[in-house]
Amino acid sequence: MRTIHELTTAFAKGDASPVAVAEEYLARIGALDAKVGAYLTVTRDEALAAARAAEARYRARAPLGPLDGAPIALKDVFCTRGVRTTSGSRILDTYVPPYDATIVARLKAAGAVILGKTNMDEFAMGSSTEHSAFQLTRNPWDLARVPGGSSGGSAAAVAGGLAAGSFGTDTGGSVRQPAAFCGVVGMKPTYGRISRYGLIAFASSLDHVAPLTLDIVDTALLLGATAGHDPLDATSVDAPVPDYVAALTGSVKGLRVGVPDEYFGEGLDPEIDRAVRVAIDRLRDLGASVERVSLPTTEYGVATYYIVAPAEASSNLARYDGVKYGLRVPGKDLIDMVSRTRAAGFGAEVKRRVMLGTYALSTGYYDAYYGQAQRVRTLVRRDFEKAFERVDVLATPTTPSVAFKHGEKADPLAMYMNDVYTIPASMTGLPAISVPCGFNAAGLPIGLQLIGRTLDEATLLRAAHAYEQATPWHAKRPSLG
Amino acid sequence: MADGKYETVIGLEVHAQLATRSKMFCGCPTGFGAPPNSQTCPICQGMPGVLPVVNRTAVEYAVRTALAFGLRVNPACRFARKHYYYPDMPKNYQISQYEEPLAEEGALDVEGPDGLRRIGIQRLHLEEDVGKLVHEGDFGTAQSSLVDYNRSGMPLMETVSRPDLRSPEDAAAYLRAFRAVLVALGVCDGNMEEGSLRCDANVSLRPRGATELGVKVEIKNLNSFRNVQRALEFEVKRQSAALDKGERIVQETRLYDADRGATRSMRSKEYAHDYRYFPEPDLVPLKLDRAWIEQQRAAIPELPRARRERFVVQYGLPPSDASLLAQSRALADYCDRAVRVYAQNPKGIVNWITSEVLREVDAADEVAVTNFQIPPENLAGLVKLIDDGTISGKIAKDVFARMLTSGEDAATIVKREGLTQMADPGALGSLVDQAIAGNPKAVADFKAGKTAAAKALVGQVMKASGGKANPAMVDRLVQEKLSRS
Ligand SMILES: [Zn+2]
Repeated sequence: MRTIHELTTAFAKGDASPVAVAEEYLARIGALDAKVGAYLTVTRDEALAAARAAEARYRARAPLGPLDGAPIALKDVFCTRGVRTTSGSRILDTYVPPYDATIVARLKAAGAVILGKTNMDEFAMGSSTEHSAFQLTRNPWDLARVPGGSSGGSAAAVAGGLAAGSFGTDTGGSVRQPAAFCGVVGMKPTYGRISRYGLIAFASSLDHVAPLTLDIVDTALLLGATAGHDPLDATSVDAPVPDYVAALTGSVKGLRVGVPDEYFGEGLDPEIDRAVRVAIDRLRDLGASVERVSLPTTEYGVATYYIVAPAEASSNLARYDGVKYGLRVPGKDLIDMVSRTRAAGFGAEVKRRVMLGTYALSTGYYDAYYGQAQRVRTLVRRDFEKAFERVDVLATPTTPSVAFKHGEKADPLAMYMNDVYTIPASMTGLPAISVPCGFNAAGLPIGLQLIGRTLDEATLLRAAHAYEQATPWHAKRPSLG
Repeated sequence: MADGKYETVIGLEVHAQLATRSKMFCGCPTGFGAPPNSQTCPICQGMPGVLPVVNRTAVEYAVRTALAFGLRVNPACRFARKHYYYPDMPKNYQISQYEEPLAEEGALDVEGPDGLRRIGIQRLHLEEDVGKLVHEGDFGTAQSSLVDYNRSGMPLMETVSRPDLRSPEDAAAYLRAFRAVLVALGVCDGNMEEGSLRCDANVSLRPRGATELGVKVEIKNLNSFRNVQRALEFEVKRQSAALDKGERIVQETRLYDADRGATRSMRSKEYAHDYRYFPEPDLVPLKLDRAWIEQQRAAIPELPRARRERFVVQYGLPPSDASLLAQSRALADYCDRAVRVYAQNPKGIVNWITSEVLREVDAADEVAVTNFQIPPENLAGLVKLIDDGTISGKIAKDVFARMLTSGEDAATIVKREGLTQMADPGALGSLVDQAIAGNPKAVADFKAGKTAAAKALVGQVMKASGGKANPAMVDRLVQEKLSRS
């Protein structure tokens, strides 16, 4: 299993061929994805055409850059021109977008070979990919377990060697949590760092485009190729994009690491607690200073998130009405048609959140729910700002538990609590990364989360890279046969 | 009409389509009358994944309008989503402004029968338009419907007046004055037929002398000045009849049916919504820099009221003529251009505009006025020819008619057709002599003290000259010769 930088370095040297590599991945998907269920759509012809073009560029000694020819998978939440894009929902089963998302356009411009579209919880609502309208995705480390979610297909594809890298979306932890569950790297950059144009919206103020990779260098490469201002996204940040690979100095000397008390309390799996504390010790050994900090508003995170996200979702999903595209179930009149279409097209979790959100925005409740949630969000942000006066990064567990079994968390609330450590960075828009930091006794991966300052992805990547290079975890891969 | 018993209270919400080249949140063109769905893109069709981007020109136009009405432009404003399900609205929410509008608190001075009245304007905000639905029959029972999204996402500026209007005529006058300002600013073409200007009215009645407002009824779908006035007249009659019978007015939304000349209640299904407003998370708050706002203020051209005043002072026009011209940017521009070429007689030019030009074109039709066959410079030339005695007023009307068809200037026509008036005392003198010789009765009447008899002789001479004689000179010669004979 090779990383993106290993592959493209080999392409440049002539030691490997983009077409042969693409064929290898497609063959592997053909042979193994029936087990994993990572892909909803495999774009074989497009991938081979892109690989041939990349190969021609390498032959002409004019590759487009360090992603040229890299075989990548995209969460089925990104609009791809001419390629079915479902957002994991029955209501978009047959939807073929007429345009490419900005992230897709930028990846194509960088020469990436898109292998296909990966499975996800419907409209990115979930933490296990079990809410996909189409199929289960299995964790490559233990096929009886979930890969996490909502970007479960992307994480499983990367962990299982069915793609060299992938892009997912992280709204409350939807990239970091599956990265932790599948033993890969997942990074949610600062809100607005990567354009959301063409990302099928779940919760607009929380949705982040986020890469999943085998190592930190690959994260730096994918981030560097896709970050930056987009005139099509008014919330995208107009700030220069540094050379993230150059930022990977290998050193954390003098780095101040904060350890928030509130992330090591009740509900945290003791094996994860131990692994994360060992990881923090490792950072100290490498020259970082470590101190305890407090983020007192942490306990309000999940409740606040489950007001804001459903409220925005109820609005964003209003457009699926059977009138213009996607599923239409005929009815006796227009209102009946819309009702029947939405009843048949949306799954239970989506309906639950649309109802929650509709309620939260209703006249008379708006201020008590959405208004109040936004005020709490400001307080959470202040907590972090205060902590970042003293430290450069925060180190926490990514998840309170390791990958659970399919069907294990039938209670929605139990599922929601799985995002307790990832939600605060989502609500504040701060960059955060999950890196593998070991395995439990059963051999399931554990993730260390590092949270950084706004737009300071470079420091985050530098710390994660130094840790990765000093530990063996990223080199361990599941065996799928 | 409200008789003495009730006072009518009206407030108007005006939606003006801004004359930008592209839509409010995407790059689609805004032309009128294109084939259905030919001016659309994923954004204004509400496709999955799209995001809005604010059209800066629309903001500029809205700020200029706000400043023209003396509204306070907020340093920061926000867009909000307004939700309801209707197939003409592709996202099932409209991006509008709610709690934090672009501008608040201003006024428009409206000329009414009792002079100038200041009508308060509560707020001004930006929003996107919806598409157009074509269904066979009623909303509920239609067998099929088609949607045209060309209009979806067009930039709209909504302006809400205070309930300061006191009659349907008042309301129509407000709308006319409002339109004149928008057209003068160049932010809206003011074309009500094409829907560039649309109006909803809130109307209530209260016993004369009462200070509390009565129950208000909203009337939608007022798409011409005539409809605004007629719908309001109908509604005032309906409400006063109901009040007379001791009935209570129901707070509701009514639709004006222009064919029947009546308003009808909309079924609650058509409008009863909880709009679930919340700040549009896809757009950041719009921050407007002070200096930039001042730049916009500097870009405001002369507005109708100022223009009217200038016409009175500079051109010596009666206020009624000045108002008529200032209501139409095109007409006022026409007048200014004509006067620029011939500054000696603005009143004469305006007389020709208000009588002859407006007989040919509708004053409210800006485009027709702008494209009028006789350019203002040529009208000025015509008036100059009258003033310097080259042609008579009577001949001038013929020349005007020829200018209309040929597009030539007055001097060219006069020269070719030999229409220059006779001002040669010798030639005219012999015509006068002939008239005196041929009308002994008129001469006798004049001698007997009937001075009016001289007029008959002047008429004879004019006729004999084919209208070309200089009337003043003829008059002088007749007087001279009669008193000498
Ligand atoms: Zn468009």
